[in-house]
Amino acid sequence: MAFLRKTLAIVWKDVVAELRTREMFSSMLVFALLVIVIFSFSFDLRVENIVQVAPGVLWVTFAFSSTLELSRSLAVEMENGCLDGLFLAPMDRSVIYFGKMLGNLVFISTIEALMLPIFSVVFNLNLIRPLLLLTVFLGTTGFAAVGTLLAAMAVNTRAREVMLPVLVFPIILPVVISAVKVTGGVLDGAAFSEFAHWIQFLVAFDVIFLVVSYMTFDFVVQG
Amino acid sequence: MIRRLGIGGVLNWLSALSMMAALYLVFLYAPTEAVMGDVQRIFYFHVSSAWVGFFAFFVTLIGGIAYLRGQNRDWDTVALSSVEIGITFTAMAVITGSIWAKATWNAWWPWQQEPRLVLVSILLLLYLAYLMLRAFLEGEERKARFAAVYGIVAFISVPFTFMSIRWWQGLHPVVFEREGMNLTPKMLATFLFCLATFTILYFTLLLHRVRLGRLEDRLRGLREQLR
Repeated sequence: MAFLRKTLAIVWKDVVAELRTREMFSSMLVFALLVIVIFSFSFDLRVENIVQVAPGVLWVTFAFSSTLELSRSLAVEMENGCLDGLFLAPMDRSVIYFGKMLGNLVFISTIEALMLPIFSVVFNLNLIRPLLLLTVFLGTTGFAAVGTLLAAMAVNTRAREVMLPVLVFPIILPVVISAVKVTGGVLDGAAFSEFAHWIQFLVAFDVIFLVVSYMTFDFVVQG
Repeated sequence: MIRRLGIGGVLNWLSALSMMAALYLVFLYAPTEAVMGDVQRIFYFHVSSAWVGFFAFFVTLIGGIAYLRGQNRDWDTVALSSVEIGITFTAMAVITGSIWAKATWNAWWPWQQEPRLVLVSILLLLYLAYLMLRAFLEGEERKARFAAVYGIVAFISVPFTFMSIRWWQGLHPVVFEREGMNLTPKMLATFLFCLATFTILYFTLLLHRVRLGRLEDRLRGLREQLR
């Protein structure tokens, strides 16, 4: 399918660019590590059972790292008129959306893949479980789906670093709540039926916001 | 001398008169609630404010969609005006809700018990983000376009946010079930009248604010011409 090929071409462009410079990757990794350290110290002084806060800390880290990545990913398109270059290519605007979205998904997932073992070590928990990995994937898809659209808006504003979190966080709140609930459920060893509805909820959120973002992306990048 | 009363004038009078009637109903006509006492009277204006807050957001959604379809600036003005009015009423709902919570549950911000308080605060944040987006953008056309898209995305997120906050409470028993408050016919009548009053007030404010917005647009256009 030509659509898929074009989408993957954009993803490939982003991946190759990142492999060459590694600037986004390194900054996200350092940022995520700093967040864990800060959380460890903040909670260690007051919380007896650090496992209780592990899901929250995990998802706050992911949310903030995602914002960093999204902002950077769209900002590079503005430099040197890359976005105009994409528009000149013979393809639908929606290809650009899906291409950027998948690229964001890949990058954020890579960082998360690195963070999960580190978290497991710091919290002394096994976080590499299939259900947890599924939740991380679904949550990240939610971030990327709506984040790509909002980042495309935020990158045009004067205070782009501040604007993106302000736009994104209230909207992805359901994702964070669901993900934290499922993560907590999995770590507590609760029965699947107890948190299955959260996973369905995540899927619904992802699907609906993928569609909405895809439909409105055109209005954001025109002109 | 009979002055011709335009729609603005009619709405002004309607708002003023209905608000006076509402005040009478709330303080004098409605009976005192058995459990909470007179504090319960906050309920009438609190829920009405929250209703207007949500309704205003819905109008912003409509305005946004209409603007994206037709590029008619007036729809963007409606959306923006609705956000400004919505923020005011939502803030009122949050403040009155907090006061009521303190009076009945002795807590200013009962996260665990009251999902709606959290939801309405998120609504306020979404509104503020909308205004912030507009403030930090250059170009009227771009402002309108981006704001419209954000309005749509934000509105769609509200049901999700509501559901997730509600489920988040899990099986915690609600300390005080507000739903269990029985409304006598007098209370119900007062409540419905307050809802209607606030809706009329909303439309009055919307009309005036939209007119102001259109004048601003004209002013901007004239400035461009003179340049």
